[in-house]
Amino acid sequence: MLDVRDVHVHLAERLVLAGVQFQIEAGEFVGLIGPNGAGKTTLLKTILGLVTPDLGQVLVDNRPIRRGNPAIGYVPQKVHLDPDTPLRGRDFVALGLDGVRWGVPLPRRSRRERVERALGSVQALTYADAPVGRLSGGELQRLQIAQALVGEPRLLLVDEPLSNLDIRNAHEVVRLLHELARSRGMAILLVAHDLNPLLSALDKVVYLARGRSMAGRTDEVMTSESLSRLYGYPVEVMRTRGRIVVVGGPDMHLVPPEAADHAGLGEWEATTP
Amino acid sequence: MHMMGVLDTLHLWLLPSGLLTTLYMWHAYVCGTIVALTATLVGYFVVLRGVAFMAHSLPKIGFAGVAGATVLQVPPLVGLLTFNLLGGLVMSTLSRRGRRDVVTALTLVLALGAGELFLTLGQAYGETAYALLFGQIVGISGPQVGQTLAVGLVTTGLWMILYRPLLFVTVARDQALARGVRERLLDNLFAILVGLVCVMTVPVVGALLGFSLLIGPVATASLVTRRGVHTLLLAGALGLAAIWLALLLAYDSGWPVGFFATTIIVLEYKVVYIGRWVKTRRALAI
Repeated sequence: MLDVRDVHVHLAERLVLAGVQFQIEAGEFVGLIGPNGAGKTTLLKTILGLVTPDLGQVLVDNRPIRRGNPAIGYVPQKVHLDPDTPLRGRDFVALGLDGVRWGVPLPRRSRRERVERALGSVQALTYADAPVGRLSGGELQRLQIAQALVGEPRLLLVDEPLSNLDIRNAHEVVRLLHELARSRGMAILLVAHDLNPLLSALDKVVYLARGRSMAGRTDEVMTSESLSRLYGYPVEVMRTRGRIVVVGGPDMHLVPPEAADHAGLGEWEATTP
Repeated sequence: MHMMGVLDTLHLWLLPSGLLTTLYMWHAYVCGTIVALTATLVGYFVVLRGVAFMAHSLPKIGFAGVAGATVLQVPPLVGLLTFNLLGGLVMSTLSRRGRRDVVTALTLVLALGAGELFLTLGQAYGETAYALLFGQIVGISGPQVGQTLAVGLVTTGLWMILYRPLLFVTVARDQALARGVRERLLDNLFAILVGLVCVMTVPVVGALLGFSLLIGPVATASLVTRRGVHTLLLAGALGLAAIWLALLLAYDSGWPVGFFATTIIVLEYKVVYIGRWVKTRRALAI
């Protein structure tokens, strides 16, 4: 249902994506993995239609993407809300349903029920009436997922949902998303810099490095040979105690961490090693 | 103005004695009510979006606009509209490229400088400046009431149109952008909304009090409510209480309305803040 074809993206005269290519079918749970600055967020924004590729194209259901496509749900990284924000969890979720439309929303039963269902599917009903600014990171994240789900998308893009969570909560979120993909036949593309918490749930991996991608089953992609080809220099993929570690990749500090800052791109991840 | 005829007749029916027998006090109450309610609506988004500084600056930019209008001998409303709407658009456009607070400050000082020049050129230093900064709520003409009502209705209408996407892009920006909300358009329309409310407040309650009505009641209500509707209702009530009480006290004492209104607004905030603090302390003690 999602077809990314040879996508190239320049941002501020820097080639961030240089030929990214992969497909996702309905119901698949896919991890978008790569070191910091590999272009993961840029790729998500391209799929959302917020960034236009210089070359190549992105198709959803065989049609070129456009911004605001209701078939795609998006769960951004953590939002920052003032503790006194006068908004309940359910109001926050309802914005995902019709927040784009002009005018004041009219209270309708169908609207309320859809919000209620979305809240239920992420087990957030207990704090649906609490002010959003006072929720924990994990609770707010579930509301963000519900906000994306309430529009009933067929593809869900989730940006780094695990980075602010402890291991137990991370497993919880992975389990929840995995279940949603299964029960709704919804495709999920989940961004993470660490593959390991996802291993048991993933159908497929898209590994991103130096602006290029390698996609396939985990055991196909995560080998020393294929990743070395992707990075353009030898890296070693090690399996130890059920974990996969990439030795010699840029996360091992071969790339100075300030490289991303030099690009001057702010929130955009835009470095290639 | 025809509408004012109706309102004035209503006044004679409803309140035949005391404070409201004088027409100018009746005008003051009507205008104060319209201004307080509209300021609450717009203030809701000003507080939510954290752009108090912009809301502080625009009325003062409007002040320069009125001063300019006196020099060019065009109606003050024209100067107000031009400066407030342009000022708002300049701020929202430039702050996408630079830091919002710096851009706002520079726009503000530029306008204030121009305002000073206009006042000198117009040779209307003392009295006009005083009226523009502090308002002349007691002494509003019938047509001015009609004008306030008209701008108030336009502002409310625009607010209702913007409400949902503006809320979305304010509390969940990335998600809203992905869903197709047009941020730039909304930023500009919001600037126009704040500009419009200033067009209304500056001639009636002045540049200074206009700002406190915009921020104070909503900030106070946000302390104790967790639903937008409740925040708006409570803030509206607090704003109305402040302006009504201030008019009463000013009428009795002869002291300025602005002094009483701002003091009441700040007191409301303090009382609610302390009340909430005591309540949390108690809850923790148990």
